[in-house]
Amino acid sequence: MSAKIHDPVDHAGAAAKFITDEAHLTFHDTRLWEMRQKRDGQMHGVPEWQELRDLASAIKEHTLSRLPEYLEQFEAQAIAHGVQVHWARDAAEHNAIVLRLLRENNAKTLVKSKSMLTEECEMAPFLERHGITLTETDLGERIQQLDNESPSHIVVPSVHKLRADVARVFAKTIGGDPNNTDATYLAEHCRVTTRPLMLDADAGMTGANFLVAETGAVVVCTNEGNADLSANLPKLHIVSAGIEKLIPRQADLGVFVRILSRSALGSPITQYTSHFRGPRDGAQMHIILVDNGRSKRLGQAEFWTSLKCIRCGACMNTCPVYRRSGGLSYGAVYSGPIGAIINPAYDPARYAALPFASTLNGSCTAVCPVKINIHEQLYAWRRIIAEGGLLPAQKALAMRVAGAVLASPTLYRLATAAARMAVRRLPRALLYNRLNGWGRDRELPTPPKESFAAWHARRKKAG
Amino acid sequence: MRVGLAIPCFIDSFFPEVGIATLELLERLGVDVVYPQGQTCCGQPMANNGCNSAASGTEAHFARLFAGFDAVVMPSASCVNHLRKHMDAVPQTAEVQHLRANIYELVEFLHDVLNAREFPWAEFPHKVGLHNSCTALRSLHAASISEIDETTPFSKPMDLLAGVRGIAFVEPTRPDECCGFGGTFSVNEDAVSGLMGLEKVQDHARAGAEYIVSADTSCLMHQQGCARRAGLPLRFIHIAQILNGARA
Ligand code: SF4
Repeated sequence: MSAKIHDPVDHAGAAAKFITDEAHLTFHDTRLWEMRQKRDGQMHGVPEWQELRDLASAIKEHTLSRLPEYLEQFEAQAIAHGVQVHWARDAAEHNAIVLRLLRENNAKTLVKSKSMLTEECEMAPFLERHGITLTETDLGERIQQLDNESPSHIVVPSVHKLRADVARVFAKTIGGDPNNTDATYLAEHCRVTTRPLMLDADAGMTGANFLVAETGAVVVCTNEGNADLSANLPKLHIVSAGIEKLIPRQADLGVFVRILSRSALGSPITQYTSHFRGPRDGAQMHIILVDNGRSKRLGQAEFWTSLKCIRCGACMNTCPVYRRSGGLSYGAVYSGPIGAIINPAYDPARYAALPFASTLNGSCTAVCPVKINIHEQLYAWRRIIAEGGLLPAQKALAMRVAGAVLASPTLYRLATAAARMAVRRLPRALLYNRLNGWGRDRELPTPPKESFAAWHARRKKAG
Repeated sequence: MRVGLAIPCFIDSFFPEVGIATLELLERLGVDVVYPQGQTCCGQPMANNGCNSAASGTEAHFARLFAGFDAVVMPSASCVNHLRKHMDAVPQTAEVQHLRANIYELVEFLHDVLNAREFPWAEFPHKVGLHNSCTALRSLHAASISEIDETTPFSKPMDLLAGVRGIAFVEPTRPDECCGFGGTFSVNEDAVSGLMGLEKVQDHARAGAEYIVSADTSCLMHQQGCARRAGLPLRFIHIAQILNGARA
């Protein structure tokens, strides 16, 4: 992520805006809930599901605990197969390597399949500034690219858009009928306009779902086959991969392939699971292994297990807040529950609101195929943010006052009696004002005549 | 066994009938139960907002009041979860550790410790939707959860409610979905919270519920507020009230 100074993300404000548009809201919630239900269906079809989660988690934890060795093993294997391996400490180094490789090969056009890492590195705008024409080849990413918007979901990047929105974006950018909202028509239109760009591209780029240390293989899982075209058509294939993508052995891959697509889309497997182990004859293959904050996170006792993430998006699909606020409301590359625990590691001040954009309901943790304790990490981030002085001043003060009142039975009695009195006596207009977040959406409870404590004291006296 | 009864601050102030039902029910079941006067709160509101140091005075006060009981019972999953898992703003003395290890949510205590299944005095001739709070469900594991393929499905609150005459249950379409309360989330993110609450009560209403019953008053308070604002004729009741013989 860039070092620009950004305003803190206002998740609540963006979410409030998102839900005023009923058509989009309903579609978004329904579509993602369907994905969650399909995921449940797949889980029920695999009796050893919980065992697979345990295994996947254990394999990832093992790999992360010996990451340097596995990275070196992977590098040696890749080199032995004729792949050139590069190491990037951060986004800037990554982007510079990509640009250098393109320039060395005189490449002006790049086709790219989906990669959240390149979003994280803000690579597309960087390359465009340097005269490279970049084309996203994943349908959802392409839509987002044409609309000049970030992906709102890591698996279905344009899930917040209705088909009518897509038709409009296409009509504005790549032509087509703005009123034809047929899904097949739209997909076909995108395909026929993108394919020639793929055929003519000077270079192709893919991400990686898994890097197998034992074999040096890069494994990419997609549903559109666009990664294969991006990798195989041009003479130059660049793979951009985070260092946490390692798994030790080919045999481990089966565990992950079985849980990835089931968790993500609720389909048993992705249409394509492609293994790239070396350059084609007469072509080059490069792998850039990127840290960009990962090794720092690996050293954080409370947060290192977030590196187990296989980017399936299941935590987003199940998250009741994400479904009702949209991925863009998180103001970050990674949205939803996983985003809320990753982004603060990059910039706690900017993303201070995200760990609070949750009810801590724990559904994310329960669906996560690699058993990341997401809601506990949300809780842990809250402490770090509060202790780092990053809470809104008003809230920090309110908490200090509440802490003092609740530590004293006398103050507590006075405060709660006053609250009951206020709800009973104050005119509605005063009670339900703009500042009362509760009252904007809900009625206050009807205050009882006496508290439980008062009732109990009375009962005791009566014997 | 000497049992201390802890009543959460919002129940004490706004829903005393839930505290009364809890106390009476425990007494009916023959529990030697004591309610220490001078209670305030468990510290959760501050701790859940990351303000651990602001929670220390409240936690210390709670620890003082409840030292020396064999067990402490509280009709609130999120408070119990806070005390059990997160009560670390105070020194972890032997007393505090004993307290944290012996604190029970009411349903848990009735089901696991007392093994209570029969409530001959209880009759509730209504159609009811059961709401398990997320903390009861996913942290205290009071019932099977839909995200996990449990080999033997179970539900502690249902086991208890099975002992109530005349009660009938309705099934909402998203039984495990969070209702959106989430403590201060309900105020910080009021738009999303209010929408989640509204959709939750609408789901129950469409399923034909007359009542929503829960072991968590905080969820009920939020859902009741949403239902009233929307003009839905739903009613809300705590599980302790039904088990203690409330008819409506
Ligand atoms: S945190 Fe877990 S559920 Fe969420 S995207 Fe990563 S692997 Fe999937």
